[in-house]
Amino acid sequence: MKVSFPHLGNLWIPLKAFFSGIGIEVVAPPPTTRKTVAIGAQLAPETACLPLKVTIGNMIEAINSGADTFLMVGGIGPCRLGYYCELQRDILSDLGDDVDLVVIEPPRGHFRNTVRFARLLTSRAGVRDVVEAGKLAWEKCIGIDVCEQLANAARWSEAERGAVDRAVRKGLAELDRASTIRDVQAVIANTVEHVRSCAVVGPICQLDSCARSLVTDRYGALLRSEEGDLSPLSVGVVGEIYVVMEPAVNMNLCKKLGTIGAQVMQPITFSGWIMTHVVLDIVKFMPKPDMLAWATPYLGHFVGGHGVESVGHSVQMARSGFDGVVHISPLTCMPEIVAQSILPRVSEEEGMPIMSLTIDEHTADAGLDTRLEAFCDLLAERSGKRLDGISGAGRWKDMQVL
Amino acid sequence: MTMRVGVPRGLLYHEYAPAIHTFLESCGAETVVSPQTNREILEKGLALCVDDACLPVKAFFGHAAVLSDQVDALFVARFVSVERGAYICPKFMGLPDMIRARLQNAPPIIDMCVDIRQGLGSYVSSLPCSDTCKILGVAPRRLSWAVGAALMAQRKEDRRRVKRFAPSGSAVARTGLGGYTRESIYETSLTIGVLGHAYNLDDAYLSLGLISKLEKMGVKAVTAEDYAYDNLRRWERRGADRKQVFWTAGRKLIGAARRWRETGEVDGMVHLTSFGCGPESFVAEVIARDAARHPAMPLIILNVDEHSGEAGMATRLEAFVDTVRMGKSKR
Repeated sequence: MKVSFPHLGNLWIPLKAFFSGIGIEVVAPPPTTRKTVAIGAQLAPETACLPLKVTIGNMIEAINSGADTFLMVGGIGPCRLGYYCELQRDILSDLGDDVDLVVIEPPRGHFRNTVRFARLLTSRAGVRDVVEAGKLAWEKCIGIDVCEQLANAARWSEAERGAVDRAVRKGLAELDRASTIRDVQAVIANTVEHVRSCAVVGPICQLDSCARSLVTDRYGALLRSEEGDLSPLSVGVVGEIYVVMEPAVNMNLCKKLGTIGAQVMQPITFSGWIMTHVVLDIVKFMPKPDMLAWATPYLGHFVGGHGVESVGHSVQMARSGFDGVVHISPLTCMPEIVAQSILPRVSEEEGMPIMSLTIDEHTADAGLDTRLEAFCDLLAERSGKRLDGISGAGRWKDMQVL
Repeated sequence: MTMRVGVPRGLLYHEYAPAIHTFLESCGAETVVSPQTNREILEKGLALCVDDACLPVKAFFGHAAVLSDQVDALFVARFVSVERGAYICPKFMGLPDMIRARLQNAPPIIDMCVDIRQGLGSYVSSLPCSDTCKILGVAPRRLSWAVGAALMAQRKEDRRRVKRFAPSGSAVARTGLGGYTRESIYETSLTIGVLGHAYNLDDAYLSLGLISKLEKMGVKAVTAEDYAYDNLRRWERRGADRKQVFWTAGRKLIGAARRWRETGEVDGMVHLTSFGCGPESFVAEVIARDAARHPAMPLIILNVDEHSGEAGMATRLEAFVDTVRMGKSKR
């Protein structure tokens, strides 16, 4: 049995650690590329949302590298994600691929699937091994969140273009190799030092949400921001989790913003998502971060997916003094259409520009570049801040002389 | 003076009109319903709504805009769920907020929440704490009573609608036809099952008159609304190898498609979807994949949006009906 799963950003690192830890062979799909998207777009229904198309592309590519069992998350709606597994199963079986799809359902959803998943977990290992592997995977999960948040907070000030990304990439590769929790923590500490040596790390923890505290609980001391009178342009990125977390799909949006000279804040993290949507769903007595309270009165009810988070985080960022927010969503995403309808009102009343971008399989780099540049330009003009983080220095200085 | 409450003629109004009217009248309000969708209404909606939304939602914005300066309040219910364990569509859950955010100078919006996911009992007990009482100026007890009256009116109407439909003997119509002659093609009486959301099919402007077009071609059209929902839900689970969909309309359509396919009550199926409809993109795929596995039942999927032309639909529909007719008379 070779287990695989669709990609979601760097989530393959903890998943691989987890399944290797319980004695199951893992085949991570090849990294998502334009070709992956094209394969998926060909097989999936035309007006299905982009994540379905990309995950199907991932699955086909993983089958070609030998995978025969897939893990997929389920759900009980109203977002379409909960029904992905059925369409994926249909599409793969109609193609004649003999693969098994193990669906991870919320326990109150489909009991049979939950049992099947539990059986898969304990097929090669005892409960103690599962717990140990889980701990390591969780540490790695927080690790990738730290790396990503760090890159977003530091890229604008890198002395040499690409230095931060090189440091983070190296850190992630080491994170993948790390085999104990202590190794993971050492790798993260090294990466933070490495990034610090080539860039100024801006303030990372400004928002009060669950995800933030998970990252800062462990690595807060390392991540303290440098004192000084730095005030880079701060831009938030909100939206549907898949397009926010998958750089291959959002065309490296955060990196683009960083290169332009903006310090990026992305409030959705893997560890935060697992905490709020999996752990706190089961352990009900622990308090959940209440995004709905932030989203009211603009949006008064949960709408599935990340609709409430998009609105809530935008409000939160506006009130914490951010310069602007970029909202990204896949085409026809229902919760994000609700958010997209409401965000102009949020923008108007909270006094912070918000730009909504819709992503689908036809989105191209250049179109995104020009829009992001124009948006950041406007934000800089509006806030009086300069976009001369060192990385974009030459270009933007010339612009300002003109 | 009684309060004038505007009810946009769109989305779930087409299914729950009796309940909505009874509810508002029981609360002592006068209801004003927007006119049938027309070009002007749709264009108003297009200007107000975001591009990515589906056609019926855009039309709904238009209906709300038309009403907004004639009434004291707008009734835009937040339909979360109308049965246990299923939703309708995320857009409906945020509809009042979307209208509030996009409609300038809107009157107060009555965003009464309809959420029966946890059962009717817990829904009714959650009613008194909503803002609805405040806007309508009624006591919580009266509100609960109005909801009860609305539910009863809706149930009565549902029963009446299902009774009205006596399944035609399409099996009878099938007998007695010999070989294929040009005359016999057009003598064959056809029944076509039309799949689609009630708010599209009942709206002649959005569906480009799909049902009346079929009737003009001498076809008897049946829709999922002609059956009791419980019956369709049973059909949906019958021999199902997939997990149950969690959208009420999806259950209805998949159930109807399976019923038609297995009983042969209809000779072909037309599925009307609106571009950008989230649940439909999956439900239509499920229906189409099942239909492909049972090729005896022809199926055509027609997708409409604000750019759809009537001629395009007419030719495809005629071609489909001719094909079905031809196939039937050959049998």
